[in-house]
Amino acid sequence: MIEVRGLTKRYGDKIAVDDLTFGIEPGKVTGFLGPNGAGKTTTMRCILGLDYPDKGAVTVDGKVYPDLAYPMREVGALLDAKAVHGGRSAYNHLLCLAQTNNLPRRRVGEVLELVGLTEVARKRSKGFSLGMSQRLGIAATMLGDPRVLMFDEPVNGLDPEGIHWIRNLMKALAAEGRTVFVSSHLMSEMEYTADHLIVIGRGKLIADCSMSEFISRSSGASVRVRTPMADELIKAVTARGAVAATADEDAIEVRGMTAAEVGDIAFEQAIRLHELATVRASLEEAFMELTASSVEYRAEEQVPGATIGSGV
Amino acid sequence: MATATTPNVRLASLPPATGRAGLGGAIASEFTKLRSVRSTYWTLGSLFIVSVGLSVAICAGTAANMVNNPGNKAGFDATQHSLLAFFFLGELIISVIGAMVITSEYSTGMIRTALTAQPRRGVVYAAKAITLTTVTLVISVITSFIAFFAGQEMLSGKGVAASLFHTVKIPANAMVNCVGGSGGQIADGKGPGPGPCGGHLTVTFSGTDMITVSNVLTAIIGCAVFVTLVALIAFGVGAIIRHTAGAITTVIALVFVIPIVENALPSNWHNDIMRFLPDAANQVVSVTVAANGPTNLWSAWPQLGVTAIWAAVLVGIGAYLFRKRDA
Repeated sequence: MIEVRGLTKRYGDKIAVDDLTFGIEPGKVTGFLGPNGAGKTTTMRCILGLDYPDKGAVTVDGKVYPDLAYPMREVGALLDAKAVHGGRSAYNHLLCLAQTNNLPRRRVGEVLELVGLTEVARKRSKGFSLGMSQRLGIAATMLGDPRVLMFDEPVNGLDPEGIHWIRNLMKALAAEGRTVFVSSHLMSEMEYTADHLIVIGRGKLIADCSMSEFISRSSGASVRVRTPMADELIKAVTARGAVAATADEDAIEVRGMTAAEVGDIAFEQAIRLHELATVRASLEEAFMELTASSVEYRAEEQVPGATIGSGV
Repeated sequence: MATATTPNVRLASLPPATGRAGLGGAIASEFTKLRSVRSTYWTLGSLFIVSVGLSVAICAGTAANMVNNPGNKAGFDATQHSLLAFFFLGELIISVIGAMVITSEYSTGMIRTALTAQPRRGVVYAAKAITLTTVTLVISVITSFIAFFAGQEMLSGKGVAASLFHTVKIPANAMVNCVGGSGGQIADGKGPGPGPCGGHLTVTFSGTDMITVSNVLTAIIGCAVFVTLVALIAFGVGAIIRHTAGAITTVIALVFVIPIVENALPSNWHNDIMRFLPDAANQVVSVTVAANGPTNLWSAWPQLGVTAIWAAVLVGIGAYLFRKRDA
């Protein structure tokens, strides 16, 4: 159980994390979401005692991280897969970490086997691809067989095979009853793995809820229709109680009606349709909506059409 | 590279934990780190090769020179000549390893991984300092002894070689005489005096200097201690600066450049300041012919104490910053 209470961290004048409070429940995959620069990594660094909070406190099982008897047996964390000395072999890298927590030497071979790096164990990690480095980092987190695992943007830069592997691993870890805390700036990534979500933006908490709750908070489905007779269609569907609005040039967006119903009305009214599609509000959009005001580095202009299907 | 199969996260269970992660594990870890990167072997290897190789070269050259210039034998400090390369260049080479023990962790990002495994920073820092000191001291002592013996071997038969087993008497106060020619010139000191000598030169010595076993042992061990202390100075500077090139440059400035600048000062200032500099020790620890010792410095061990204080202060400041700053 990780508890973050009133965590505040500044770097100079810039506030990275602002009075953040949340808890991570055991035995679940908790997604930690936020746009780039939202303070996810900073929060993780504060949990691990790498950075010192300006205010607030973080505890792991009621203790601050540096007070844990054997930190690697409690928490396995991978913040940056490239944070290794490239001149050292994979085996020796893991060995020097295992030794700090008095873990048996045989453990190194076991975790290398687990992540499939046995063949390159004696190779210097300088030559590893990002995917291999990621595996090495995960091997390190598993050395102490910890109950809590933390991954910061684990799929960033990975090829599809690597992404698939990490997703499966996180699910398997959670299925074993471990707590998995994983950050991402991609909502889509969470669709596959997370049970619970903590969403932050500009260092502040935006949402702390279950995945299903998060989806239901979003504005729901709409129907996108492209027609040369937009005015007629809007009139027809609003007459039946739906809400319709022009989405872009010749497309309109209808809410409160299924695509089938919209199609039937169009047929009855002899309105020509060029496109008829259900637009499901994806998690991505729900996320965009929630964090819209808190994106730190936002593009100056909205891309035309980017708001399609995004509710409101 | 293995294929992406669904991972089986079943691992053999670990033995139950007792106590807590502490200094013992941290030292084992630091030793693994040190022995598992090539830079350690490059650095310590070059320390050995440069120290022993140059000792052989310098002493062999000096020995050859003594054939023509026997006056050079007067008060010749064979110990110092055999250790010259070790303490003078060794301090530069060793500062690389001293700094890199800590700076390489910052440049690679390894420090974050290491401090996640062992977040008690005082333990990590102490383990680094202890491991560095032990490894450096062992290698330095071995290098120092071998450089000494190799150098003395080159000087054997010249009547000036120092020994670790018995006190050696060497000639002092050379008098160079011109025999059988006009315009005889007499010079005291280290060689034939200026001016033409029609005949041939003879050298006579008056009195002897002593090279005692304890002085030789002090020089060999003292130089090794000095080099180890410089490694610690570099380590402390590395912890403060957290940048390899910056740390090494600073150490070179401290032990190489500042003494040169300081030499340019008026001599009364110069003499007062010099003994407080970290590298002053190398001018006295290596001296085994008492008459040659610099007069404006303390003796070997107090002067090494000055270097030790520099090391302690810098390592201490490094420790404070290592614990206080964000990693």
